[in-house]
Parts: sequence; structure tokens; C-alpha cells
Amino acid sequence: MGAGPKIRFRDAQIEMAHGAGGKASRRLIEGLFAPILCGASAEPLGDAAHISLNGTRLAITADSFVVSPLSFPGGSIGELAVNGTVNDLAVSGARAETLVVTYVLEAGLPTEILEREVRAMGRAARAPGVAIAGGDTKVVEHGKADRMYITTAGVGRLIPGVECSARSARPGDAVLLSGPIGDHGITILLARGELDLEADLCSDTRPVLPLVEALAQAAAPGLRWMRDPTRGGVATTLNEFARDCGLSVFIEEHRLPVREAVRGACELLGLDPLHIANEGQFLAVVAPEYQERALEALQRTPGGEGACIIGEVRQEPACAVVSGTPYGGSRIVDMLVGDPLPRIC
Amino acid sequence: MKYVDEFREPELIARTSEEIRRLADPRRHYRFMEVCGGHTHAIYRFGLKDLLPPNIELVHGPGCPVCVLPMGRIDDGLSMAASSDVIFTAFGDMMRVPGTHGSPLEYKARGADVRIVYSPADALKLARANPDRQVMFFAIGFETTAPSTALTLMRAKAERIRNFSVFSNHVTIIPAIRAILDSPDMRIDAFIGPGHVSTVIGCRPYEWIARHEGKPLVVSGFEPLDVLQSVAMLLVQLQRGEAKVENQYRRVVPWEGNRAALKAMAEVFTLRSYFEWRGMGFISQSALALSEAYAEWDAEKRFQVPGIRVTDPKAAQCGEVLKGVLKPAQCKLFGKECTPERPIGALMVSSEGSCAAYYQYEYRKSQLVSIPA
Repeated sequence: MGAGPKIRFRDAQIEMAHGAGGKASRRLIEGLFAPILCGASAEPLGDAAHISLNGTRLAITADSFVVSPLSFPGGSIGELAVNGTVNDLAVSGARAETLVVTYVLEAGLPTEILEREVRAMGRAARAPGVAIAGGDTKVVEHGKADRMYITTAGVGRLIPGVECSARSARPGDAVLLSGPIGDHGITILLARGELDLEADLCSDTRPVLPLVEALAQAAAPGLRWMRDPTRGGVATTLNEFARDCGLSVFIEEHRLPVREAVRGACELLGLDPLHIANEGQFLAVVAPEYQERALEALQRTPGGEGACIIGEVRQEPACAVVSGTPYGGSRIVDMLVGDPLPRIC
Repeated sequence: MKYVDEFREPELIARTSEEIRRLADPRRHYRFMEVCGGHTHAIYRFGLKDLLPPNIELVHGPGCPVCVLPMGRIDDGLSMAASSDVIFTAFGDMMRVPGTHGSPLEYKARGADVRIVYSPADALKLARANPDRQVMFFAIGFETTAPSTALTLMRAKAERIRNFSVFSNHVTIIPAIRAILDSPDMRIDAFIGPGHVSTVIGCRPYEWIARHEGKPLVVSGFEPLDVLQSVAMLLVQLQRGEAKVENQYRRVVPWEGNRAALKAMAEVFTLRSYFEWRGMGFISQSALALSEAYAEWDAEKRFQVPGIRVTDPKAAQCGEVLKGVLKPAQCKLFGKECTPERPIGALMVSSEGSCAAYYQYEYRKSQLVSIPA
């Protein structure tokens, strides 16, 4: 065997944490997938890749959905599978055009459930005007999968004037958030029914494309970077940004929009809303001279009423996220480690 | 949020922080131990150190139940998970704690039936729903969680649920504090007393600390204002040359404790003559086993428990950190071999462990701020 690419991933087996979107996921991708599959590409790993075909620049992405339970307050896996891919394209600065869809089904799945999810998928695709061009279906033996998994891959056209990259960020840039955080993750945690907790709460799953387009229209020249804080939450996404740009993000804790029910559940379970998954929000970094315009544009757009500025980019401490408490103290905000587990004692 | 926001009110916090600065004698260095891991977590999470003058040092105590559990007990518990008819249940806190051959989560990844429960009652519910399986609850915690284990066992007995058992690793707080005070390398001026433990045991069991050891102790809540007010109360006592037990957390902690909870514990548990604490060694009468009346539900009797003893890695200085002799970052492994993602010592696992809290909220701050622009 010749000297292949250097594999830094040394974990003996795959665990849930490797899929939780935090540190372990990053280690797996950077230590195993990227060196073998992408070569020595020095580009930071985004949610979607930009490619050029006969001079047309396109964005391309793929995402898998394995949520349990399949449906939950505010959404279901079929809808999530469309929104997730549309959003990955949107925050890479692209408008989703076409999706292809793969279903992996467990034998014994009631057709009623499948039909419900296919319908949900159709509705979710029609809303932002995305075509579903084709796909594939596989069935595995009963017990070899958890009812239904969906993979969607999407191609999008780049929104003119939007050139996003973490490396274009500068100290003084504003960090914007499109709305309240933690709704999806806490909704799912409660919908699993293992905790005997109830709350009046819905997943935030939705396409963020209208918000991204409004933002691009108002502030494209000052728009530096966007990302949707899904698994791993805002903390993990901002840490990745800080690492990619070599700068620091300072957020003010009291400015973070968190619903009472999410705060309550997090307090009770010992979780941090900054680590909880979202499916309908995004973060944007905007040059200071554009921040007012950007915020106004978001707040004017339906669904963007809760948008706010949560902090700014700073020079130091490099590659880290710091949160200021309202009392003048501060703390480091780290990436999610492992899966968020409820803390009892 | 009610009962939370009032105790995070910035103006009151600023005022209390000022009061602390006024009360602290600048010629003197203060060492206060917060006994409970919940306080350690709050201190880091809310950046409370930034609100104290530099001559007040907070020393993290042993009150993190996951952290004080020796690795051998984790191995013992996991040895039961290996059997295919066993459902291993534990709190989320336990799931990433490493045993010799991996953590409960790693056992789960390899196929063991490991489940997170939110209360022992949920484990009992699982036992009812799976009558052909053995449901074992890996019980941890101080007097805070012991009553709920006790009540669950009383329920299991009343309902004659025989496929349920408890592996008790419950420990008691007073012997741990005594061990710290007896430790020759320890110098503590006063204690921030545990809040939740005291809702059960009350404030009276601490009186010897004030009376015989001459150390003030204030039972404290967990919100920023609670912790700061407790620090101020300790300073007032020291200024007056007093040593007494005070209750800052009166909205939750009754002076006499919770009699019903204590009664349930007395029925179900019996004191072990000794128990090993990670980093602190064997401490006599410091842990709870199931009493004879509940022997039938005792996992240590139902299963072949190997009784494994594992010595901690030599380089890890968990004991010194647990007793507050060393700061987390002074351990040779801290941030190098031992990180929250790859913990060697349990103090790095639980978010209430002082190493994990320090690493998560503070360490990189001190490390990175020094990088020149």
C-alpha cells in the first residue's frame, strides 16, 4: 500500500456523539471523510459546496433525516427533509431549485404513515417553489431500521451579489440571529415522551429562504457569512465560524431570544439553549455599516419579527466564542461535547 | 421565569458584588469551599468569579456524585449490563463516565440495552412494561436523590415487582466534609453549604463544623444572587469572628430538613461501614446500601458483582482537585490527555465536575486572552 492521506480519526467505534453535530462530528469529518474523499482541500467545510458547470455557478448539498418520533408538534420528517436541504442551500447563498429524495423504509411501516410523510414533503417543497426531480426507495428488514429515514440532495442557483465566507469577517461585524432558539431540539426531546414533561412548544422547522433573500436584497455587499444552527446549536455553529475566520465572537447572553418554555426545560434538565438544535433559524455576520439595514429587512419579513443582533466579531480571544453575562462577568461558550444529556444530580 | 429571574437581577447582583468588596479585608486571603457541584457549575456558568475581589478564592468541593464514584463501581454496574436480559438504567449524568472498558454510552453503542431515565420511578415503569427483562437502576447521588430511590423501592416492594433492582451508590455528604477537614493539606476558611442536599437533611447536621471546627457555613441556593449573598454572609461572620451555620436558601431549605424523606431513607437504606470515594480513599459510614428488608431488590445480591477495584491513572490528580488542594488546571493531564470529550477522571465528565466546568467556561478564556493581537 502506498502512503495514503493521513487519517487522524482514531476512535475505535462510532457512537451517537459522532452524529450529534458537535466536536466528535467535526473530528470524524475532518479526520476521516475529508482527507480520504476531498484530498488536501484547505476550504473550511460548509453546509453546501459551490461548483461551476459550463460557467454557471451552482450550490449542491445533501442531508439525511433520522428523527424519532417521525412526527412532532410543528412538523414531521417529510417536511424537515425538504426544509433542511433548502436551508443548507439558502445559508450558502443559494436558492434551491431541485431536490432528489431517497427513502429507506423498514418493512412493516404502515402505508398510512408513509403517505402522510410523502404528502408533507410535497407541501414543504411547493412552498418555496422547489421541484422534486426523482429519487430512490429501499426497504430493509423489520428491525434493521427505525421506521423511516430520508435523504435529500439539492441543487441551487447562487443569489446574485452574495459572496459569503467566514474568512471575509472583520472585527466589529455584527452577529445576527433570525429568531428564538432551541424550539426544535426541546420539542423533539419532549415528544419522545421519556421525560414526562410537557410544554406548549413547536418545532421551528421552516424554510429560511425568504429571510435570506430579504437579507441579501438589503445588505448583500455587507453580508459576510451565514449558517443555520442545527445540531449542536448556536454555540457549535459560532465556534466553527470563529475557528474558520480565526477571530472571536462575543455574544451578550441577555440578548439571546429564548422562549420561556425552552428556558424552563433547559433549566430543569441542565441543558444550555445554545447547544440545542434549531431547524428554522439562521445566523448571519454583517458588516457594521449594514447591520441596521440587515436587521430591518429581517424584521420586516414575515417570520423574521424576532430577528435580533446578539453580538459582534472581535479580534480576541482567537477562535473562541465568549458570552458576556448581564452582571459584567463572562464565560467561554464551547462546542457541544457528546449528545446533550439531561443532568439530574 | 419565576423563582429564577429574581435571583439573576443584574442591579441586585452588582450591589451584592459591591458589598462583598466592602466586606472583604484587603490584607487577607479568603478560601471558601463550595461543597456542591451545582454551585461549581453556577459559579462558572454565570462568570461569578469576575464579580469577586481577587483575594476571595473559591475552592471546589467533593459534592459531585458522579465525580466521587470510583471506576471500579462503574465497572461493577456495567458488568450487569453485559447480560442480554438486563436493561441498564441510569441518569444522563452517568452516561459518559468512563469505566475500564468504556462508558455506559459506549456499551450501548456495542449493543447493551442502556437507557437514560429521568427518575428512578421511570426505571420502575420500564420494569412494569418489560416483565420478562431485568431492569437495574444504577443509583447515584447524595441525600438529594436518595429519597426518590427509597420511595421507588418502597413502591416496588408494595407492588411486588421482582424484575427491578437497584445498584446503590448513594453517598452522604457529612463524612466527606469531615474527611476534607481532617486532611492535613487542607486550609479552608469557610463553607458554602450544599443547597439541595440540605432540603433533605436540613441545617442541623452541619452544626459541628461551626462549633468544633470553628468554620462558618452558609447553606446556599444556586442562582447567582444566592451564591454572592452567601459569600457576603460568610464575610460578615468572619469579620465578627463568628462561626455559625446560616441558611441563605430559606425559600427551599427547612432548618429541620424533610422528615418524610429521611424516614423513607431510614427504612430502605443502611449505612455501609465504609465506601471508597474516588481520589479520597475509603471513608467510613459514608454510603448507603439497601437494608435487609429490601435485599430482594438489591442488584449487588441479585447479580454476580465482581467487586472490581481499579486504581486511578497515576498521573491523574483527581483526589487533590476533589479536595481543593489543586486547581483543575494544575493537574498534569488537564486539557492534554484529559478533556471533556476524552475524560480520564470523572471530574472532567459531569458538567458539575470542577474540571469540566473550568474547562468549558474558563480555561480557554485565560489561555487565549493572552495571545497578542
